[in-house]
Amino acid sequence: MKPVFMTYTKKDLINLAVCMVLSVLVIPTFITTEYWYTSILIPWLCLALATIGQQIVMGYTGQLALGAAGFMAAGAFAMFNLILRVPDLGFVGSLIVSGLIAAAFGILFGLPSLKVRGIYLMVATLASQFFIIWMIDKFGWFKNYDSSGIITAQDIVILGKPFTTPLAMYFVCLAVTTVLTLLAMNMARGSTGRNWMAVRDMDIAAESMGVSLLRTKVQAFAISAFYCGVAGALFAFCYLKSLEPVAFDIKLSFKILFMCILGGLGTINGAFIGAAFILLFPVLLNAIGNNVFHGAIDATIISSIEQVIFGGLMIIFMIYEPLGMAKLWENIKQKWKTKIPSSTNLKSSLSKKT
Amino acid sequence: MVDELLFFMEVLVGGLLAGTMYSLVALGFVLIFKASATFNFSQGAMVFFSVLAFCGFMQDFNIPFVLAFILAAFLMVVVGLCTERFVLRPLMNASEDTVLMATIGLGYVLEGLAQAAWGVEVRRLDLGIGDFPVPWIADNLKLFISALDITAGVVAAIMIIGLFLLFKYTKIGLGLRAVADDAGAASSIGIPLKHIMLLVWSAAGVVALVAGCMWGARAGVQFALVDLALKALPVLIIGGFSSIPGAIIGGLIIGAVEKVLEVYIGPFFGGAIEGWAPYVLAIFFLLYRPEGLFGEKIIRRV
Repeated sequence: MKPVFMTYTKKDLINLAVCMVLSVLVIPTFITTEYWYTSILIPWLCLALATIGQQIVMGYTGQLALGAAGFMAAGAFAMFNLILRVPDLGFVGSLIVSGLIAAAFGILFGLPSLKVRGIYLMVATLASQFFIIWMIDKFGWFKNYDSSGIITAQDIVILGKPFTTPLAMYFVCLAVTTVLTLLAMNMARGSTGRNWMAVRDMDIAAESMGVSLLRTKVQAFAISAFYCGVAGALFAFCYLKSLEPVAFDIKLSFKILFMCILGGLGTINGAFIGAAFILLFPVLLNAIGNNVFHGAIDATIISSIEQVIFGGLMIIFMIYEPLGMAKLWENIKQKWKTKIPSSTNLKSSLSKKT
Repeated sequence: MVDELLFFMEVLVGGLLAGTMYSLVALGFVLIFKASATFNFSQGAMVFFSVLAFCGFMQDFNIPFVLAFILAAFLMVVVGLCTERFVLRPLMNASEDTVLMATIGLGYVLEGLAQAAWGVEVRRLDLGIGDFPVPWIADNLKLFISALDITAGVVAAIMIIGLFLLFKYTKIGLGLRAVADDAGAASSIGIPLKHIMLLVWSAAGVVALVAGCMWGARAGVQFALVDLALKALPVLIIGGFSSIPGAIIGGLIIGAVEKVLEVYIGPFFGGAIEGWAPYVLAIFFLLYRPEGLFGEKIIRRV
């Protein structure tokens, strides 16, 4: 196996260092209010992770799937049961195993993708969404025969140390997200990702070039569900701090789909941009409602407007920039570079011409 | 034994008739798919939007029933017009998946607009048809079948026959089929693409309104209608996306199977298997006959 950092360029490593400094040093020193951690940063990291899962299957492999929340529920409840019944596994072990359990569901419900695509596949993946939620709801064992419907998540304990403050939970989410994001980037850039993209761009052509459709698609679904499962477990344990199947309904699946598409299909940073946008925009809208109109606009109307804007943006992006905000960001950077070329760039471009 | 058989018949007939409600929603999908080969994910939202507007006209402005229906239908034509102009025309040459995603966005817009305009509370819709067993059938055949179910069945039958005749025997229908087959070729021989699209989306809007009335009378006009409309997807998979009779048969199969499974197998699993049974049924259909019972064979080339 190749070492992890082999495929990274100098620019990537700089980006990584900047992100790490920002998230590990700058954010904890400057943001001290709990609200930011519990309501924005933690769900952002969890949902971004789930969106990466959606990206793998939709953005990279081109399979229209709509069941991310179902896999998240599978991961969350697997986590709950593992900590409850197999305490020796520890937090990290449970997280990995619950991801694997979600991946098993992913394989099962990804199988139809071998035969169908597009909207047909969407319906097949909807089955997973409804089936997993129903299963958790109906069989008491998954919920440890809790009758209240909402179970409190266990405290996070890693190597005997409790992680219960918002800041500690933020670091847990950050660590998991960072590791999995790096892995995802690595996969996307390696032969695995090349195969995914070959299948996305033209599956028949890919097959005739020797890419196994079975292997590639099932692999994509499994890895995607693994990411969603881990994200779901974090979402339940760090953000919701409770487990209820209703939290993982079809609306969340649609939300993740929106994050994926608006953020930019087939990009990893798009997952983070999309998740941030979908999470922060309602906060912004509410703030405008409260501060500019002083609560004169009903909260339900604000949420309706939010829906209209999300839908409208989806249409606008499909028309003008199907590759989403990540591409938009690229374009802006590109324009900036061509407008104000730095002296070194100018010199090198001149020397190339001559 | 006779009682059991009667009970089975009752479940079956109830399921079949409830299935026509799914068919009504599926019909809207098929109309658009047949004419433009785009899958309109916002059909469920159109159902919700149209019937909420209909209720709003009646209850908030005290407009009489018939006039409110006409106004709502007109509103759906306007929605069709806007959709054609602002969503479909710019996406003329985009890939299928892109258009599909755009219609998901359109669905969000419609849901949000409907709720912003008419509020989020559940509204009652009284069509003057009760959702209770018809006495005559109960007395003579010993079957308890809701009047609303029968009405939905009749309405669905009329619409299907009407649309079928339209597609098969009129010039417009021929134009619609031509556009569905190859939009570029159709427009090059002078079929006005714009008008065809407008017509189809308006028709789908009116179909959505009718379906919404039926669903609204049963379950109340509320956001859950959008999720109910999702069940039209397995109906389409079973019937085939481009077949009007397929939408009907698919609806009947889903309605009947879902009810029979719920009544006879559901209790072993704690019930509520209706929620996913249609989708799993659709998966099995996908594995054996991806184009559906009546759909055209899907051929893909490199």
